[in-house]
Amino acid sequence: MSFDAAYQSQKLKSVGTRPLRPDGVDKVTGRARYGADFNMPGQLVARVLRSPHAHARIVRMDTGAAEALKGVKAVVTAADLPDLTNGDAELFAVLDNCMARTKALYDGHAVAAVAAIDERTAKQALKLIEVEYEILPHVVDVDAAMVADAPILNDELFTGGVDPKPDTPSNVANRAEFGHGDVDAGFAEADFIVERSYKTEQTHQGYIEPHACVASCNPDGTAELWVCTQGHFVFRQNCADLLGLEVSKLRVTSSEIGGGFGGKTHVWAEPVALALSRKAGRPVKLVMSRDEVFRASGPTSATSIDVKIGAKADGKITAAMATLRYSSGPYPGMWAELGAMTSFACYDLENVKTVGFEVIVNRPKVAAYRAPSAPMAAFAVESAIDELAQKLGVNAVELRIKNAAREGTKSSYGPVYGPIGIGPTLEAAQSHPHMSAPLGKNQGRGMACGFWFNFGGQTCSDLNVNADGTVALAVGTVDVGGSRASLSLIAAEELGIDYKDVKAVVADTATLGYNDMTDGSRGTFSSSMATISAARNAIAIMRARAALTWDIPVEDVYWEDGHAKAAGTKYGNLSPLSVRDIAAESGNTGGPIAGHSELVADGAGVSFATHICDVEVDPETGATSIIRYTVIQDAGKAVHPSYVEGQYQGGAAQGIGWALNEEYIYGADGRLQNSGFLDYRIPVCSDLPMIDTQILEIPNPNHPYGVRGVGETSIVPPLAATANAVSNAVGVRMSHIPMSPPRILAALNAERD
Amino acid sequence: MRYERPETIMDATALLAQASDSAFVLAGGTDLLVKMQNDDFEAELVVDIKSIAGMADVVETDDSFVIGAAVPCAALGEHEALCAAWPGVVEAANLIGSTQIQGRCTVAGNLCNASPAADSVPALVAANAQARIAGPDGIRTVAVEDIPTGPGKTSLAKGEIIEAIVLAKPTDRSGDAYLRFIPRTEMDIAVVGVGVCLALNDDGAVASVRVALGAVGPTVMLCPEAAETLVGTKLEDAALEALAAACSAASTPIDDKRGTVDFRKQVAGVLARRAALIAFERAGGSQ
Repeated sequence: MSFDAAYQSQKLKSVGTRPLRPDGVDKVTGRARYGADFNMPGQLVARVLRSPHAHARIVRMDTGAAEALKGVKAVVTAADLPDLTNGDAELFAVLDNCMARTKALYDGHAVAAVAAIDERTAKQALKLIEVEYEILPHVVDVDAAMVADAPILNDELFTGGVDPKPDTPSNVANRAEFGHGDVDAGFAEADFIVERSYKTEQTHQGYIEPHACVASCNPDGTAELWVCTQGHFVFRQNCADLLGLEVSKLRVTSSEIGGGFGGKTHVWAEPVALALSRKAGRPVKLVMSRDEVFRASGPTSATSIDVKIGAKADGKITAAMATLRYSSGPYPGMWAELGAMTSFACYDLENVKTVGFEVIVNRPKVAAYRAPSAPMAAFAVESAIDELAQKLGVNAVELRIKNAAREGTKSSYGPVYGPIGIGPTLEAAQSHPHMSAPLGKNQGRGMACGFWFNFGGQTCSDLNVNADGTVALAVGTVDVGGSRASLSLIAAEELGIDYKDVKAVVADTATLGYNDMTDGSRGTFSSSMATISAARNAIAIMRARAALTWDIPVEDVYWEDGHAKAAGTKYGNLSPLSVRDIAAESGNTGGPIAGHSELVADGAGVSFATHICDVEVDPETGATSIIRYTVIQDAGKAVHPSYVEGQYQGGAAQGIGWALNEEYIYGADGRLQNSGFLDYRIPVCSDLPMIDTQILEIPNPNHPYGVRGVGETSIVPPLAATANAVSNAVGVRMSHIPMSPPRILAALNAERD
Repeated sequence: MRYERPETIMDATALLAQASDSAFVLAGGTDLLVKMQNDDFEAELVVDIKSIAGMADVVETDDSFVIGAAVPCAALGEHEALCAAWPGVVEAANLIGSTQIQGRCTVAGNLCNASPAADSVPALVAANAQARIAGPDGIRTVAVEDIPTGPGKTSLAKGEIIEAIVLAKPTDRSGDAYLRFIPRTEMDIAVVGVGVCLALNDDGAVASVRVALGAVGPTVMLCPEAAETLVGTKLEDAALEALAAACSAASTPIDDKRGTVDFRKQVAGVLARRAALIAFERAGGSQ
């Protein structure tokens, strides 16, 4: 059945309320089953042997002694994961990352794995695997990897996107350019120009639950995988491709998920667990330690970015340019490209040019992290905008309002915007009491804007009306941020029933059609669209059942307030039939009632936010405390406002951690120094104030209720907002993230000298 | 791995004396249990000392407080007389880890773990605390600053256990304080820590002072040259500047994931200044 996704203004009863989440009690009582909570009879324990070297050729490996150890049931190496990628370079990178083939490309790169009857035996077995490495020169810094004499990671990698094609290999995998107009002419027109270089260090998503799975391969070629993931359908496809399994024979069930933030959109250990199970003939459980999570999963890019912005004396920006270098780990990515696309997306610019360089380094393969690549670009650009405002002597929010993109603006990355929220978030910031609150000694205020694309994608869901009138909703997008609550509200709204009468579950890959993963802030946007569609299909069936019951034409039955009603006066004596009434009779009127939906959710609707941050900096130690923080973001329509606020606060909290203390620290030997939460410093509760939120609702024209994704944009402005606040507090422009106390104190000392 | 829970200190020392090198004392376990998670860590013997009589008690005598080796830091915070006498030591002990950790961790354990960044140790050193050691050859008492000899290394001989930390009752007009720098607000490890304990003379000037620095060298160190800068002063600006300079100069830190050499040297001075002012105020001093 065709589905009209266009926005229709209507009064909503369930959507916009704040009921308790259906998964809440299980989670707070410990009953919820996360990745490591699943067990199977006869299950083995897997452990992975990892390279201690940043860059080394694997000369020889001997697993004989490990295999001979009593209790060891399987040892796998790259030989047990043969290359079935058939020239697909991206898939080969996934394979090589799961298990190093000829070279270990970073500290922590998996080189072998064992499955044994218990953890102690598995650990012992790892020590018995002999690996002879030829240590190669390494490079971990994004700028150092680009210089002419840098150690080359891949002799077959030639920079793409340049003409002519280079004939010497390089660590620069690709160059991508975006923009329009003539920046040189624009800068010539400018009265003021700011130009500065920025750096950001590599951070990890920092999800509390490590990667965990149980894999079970059966002799008949079927296999099961229970896994903590953001996208079980995608994991099924990746694992099937890498192991040569038929997709339909691999059933993947997603567990509850203790955070993902993009880091659980990629397979790491799952193909290894399946390979071990296939070899051992028994189920295998593989749970990564925190050390392994840091060394070999996630993280995001480290960056080096140059920004140049020119403006007339009246504040009109005449030209803007950015050169962005993003590390992608040892394999090519598209992270700089995303940074280049998002850099100036908040602004209406006549002349704009951005160039992104993807740089490979001896660090773990970069994974998506919440609005991937946008926070670093926003840090650089929004810092420069702040500096420009100071140079022009104008208010930073007014400068942004003057240059903000609006409906009809040709974005810096190409498309022309529809109705968007950047202007309204800026105006809300301007009139927010936070903006005019007094500041004390050693305090400073900063603001910044952020943009994210959002995504829709392939979505499939089932809505079953049970005989008691309650509704079971099966969706295929993993619930990372409260989407079961939101989707239950949506189903309740469409059907006109109570929220408590809807039970949403995340179905496994065998029971529902393909769904894209929960990324791109798409979970609630796309699955709510599918839920509305499925509910409407169920309503069509219920109308037909009512018509049958009443023995009147179905065209004379309409649906209103959760009831089938007979149209017109001629059926005046027929009392409306509720969902419960119709469901109770379903056995006699044609059997079970269900609504199905499969669709591609288009028109996710771009998302904008403006953040305001106040800090206090101790000038003697460089310690920064966040004393007030406000997030203003367009949600389109907040389905469950508490979870929308939670997304706003969560993104801000992660961004503040990134801005102040989080970073991957490598030793001269190329080994990661801080692979644990003691020295990789995410904020603790007492580090942050209560983060204020303001939800704006500018309806997305491409969703029946106007919903936009809200999950990611909130992490885009905080790096810049915090940096601007610190810079304003100390009177020195901070251009290197994180602004850890030693960096701030060093900057202050340099200024004092 | 063998786990033993002896009921006398003699049994405990005998177990350790006979054991191989991979034998460990378990009190609060907040360091040991974390180490045991490490793939490369193997313990053959763990001797739990919590069942030994007196280990979990704080005993107040006429002239001292005797803190048993298994007394959790949180319990120190609930001991009113100890809090009044040694607020800096108690505060330092209750900066370790989190609330949950403080319910288990001990100052004796913090000392024996021999981390230069141990929070309670600079405060104990400044307070001139003594460690009472039981061993195969009997009991001996040494100054706390003589226990750690390097990161993770102590002067304890094989079979020896610290059974108690002894703090003398403070003299009148004295005060102590401990401050540390961490990039977060809690659940972190000191990048720099400074303990100061001082006593005033009848004129209200500093009569004696002990300054201890943490995380700026291989062990927590007593810093007499810093202490000298305050003697005879009422912590005037010049004295505080001299103190800060002496602490910075005495610091011999390294660049690592937690901080830089320059940062640690500078902040050691800043914290010393601030801690001295708190200790001075606690001693009843006025400028």
